[in-house]
Amino acid sequence: MAHNHRHNAPLSDTELRVRALESILVEKGLVNPAVIDGLVETYERKVGPRNGARVVARAWADPAYRQRLLADGTAAIAEIGFEGAQGENMLVVENTPAVHNLVVCTLCSCYPWPTLGLPPVWYKSAPYRSRAVSDPRGLLRDDFGLDIPDNVEIRVWDSNAELRYLVLPQRPAGTEDLSEEALADLVTRDAMIGTAVVAPPATRG
Amino acid sequence: MNGIHDMGGMQCMGPVVREVDEPVFHEAWERRVFGVMLSLMGGAQFSVDSFRYAIERMRPAEYLETSYYEHWLHAVETLLRERGMIDGETDVILPVDQTKAMAAKVLPARLDVPVTAGFKPGDAVVTRNIQPLGHTRLPRYVRGKRGTVMIDHGVFLFPDTYAVDGDPKPQHVYSVQFSGPELWGEGADPKSSIRIDMFEDYLLKA
Repeated sequence: MAHNHRHNAPLSDTELRVRALESILVEKGLVNPAVIDGLVETYERKVGPRNGARVVARAWADPAYRQRLLADGTAAIAEIGFEGAQGENMLVVENTPAVHNLVVCTLCSCYPWPTLGLPPVWYKSAPYRSRAVSDPRGLLRDDFGLDIPDNVEIRVWDSNAELRYLVLPQRPAGTEDLSEEALADLVTRDAMIGTAVVAPPATRG
Repeated sequence: MNGIHDMGGMQCMGPVVREVDEPVFHEAWERRVFGVMLSLMGGAQFSVDSFRYAIERMRPAEYLETSYYEHWLHAVETLLRERGMIDGETDVILPVDQTKAMAAKVLPARLDVPVTAGFKPGDAVVTRNIQPLGHTRLPRYVRGKRGTVMIDHGVFLFPDTYAVDGDPKPQHVYSVQFSGPELWGEGADPKSSIRIDMFEDYLLKA
């Protein structure tokens, strides 16, 4: 296929390229459409931030698990059954009253797939990748409506190597009586990236 | 390469636009590109490092104008063409002779080989101020800056060499902390810090 066209051309053009690519690779025996279907199904339906939420809820409910999670994130997350591509080397970073953690990948789109699924478009976008490191407090305030007080350190983790980061948010007040399952329901994807905090149950809309 | 993909610290890229109830994929073709790429990588046709470098070698204007999965499509096509596996001309800013990368074994990122660590947690370090014309995981914004080693993550392959010629050059990777003011100077948030993973080759003793 000639390759001097613009890539923001109409969808049909991209679609044709993808079809051509897949069929050539199928012919060569390098990909199998059924395997592709399975991969898509896995990442659309089975892997996602509900996994990470279960990890967080377990850490809140079980102090020994929290210790293991912070000491060896990969192994502790695998205890609950989440492992695989882009989760081979996990580091879980804990928010405290003094430190708020935020995760970014300034060079591309690195993200912990087994616990959070595939990243949202904004995480991979220029506005987020550029500003998260140089003005994290302004970014959180302006674009996420999250005010981190000036006396709280913002610690930004740039996932530029093969470590993948998951934020362990602070457990909100008023959740002492909740089950682990109910706790998991409070935890959002953004809270595990660090662009949100977990709201107490009463304030949730 | 000091390319368009190295975005840390760039300004005026606009606000972050968040989509409510965002689907995992927006178009049917994105699913196919995702599955093709994972299949090829799972089948050890190329490494994630070669794949990232192929994205970085897109023309900068095109990189900015196209979507994430269009980047993936472009990178898969580029690697397959450079490896002679599909026909067509490549459209990249830095062509790569894939001979060595193709001959190399596809390895996991973390390597179980003994390598002496040059640094330990608590050490003061300064990042090298270098301008590699190739693949690198050393962003511009941390070059020539003073930081502190916080964690030794162990031994990993070195993407800068592995992506291009297949040499894993195993070495330690450290989580290094830099203060906001060290990176961004006057007016930077004094209560901000960056933790970034630095390969041994990027670091000097401070």
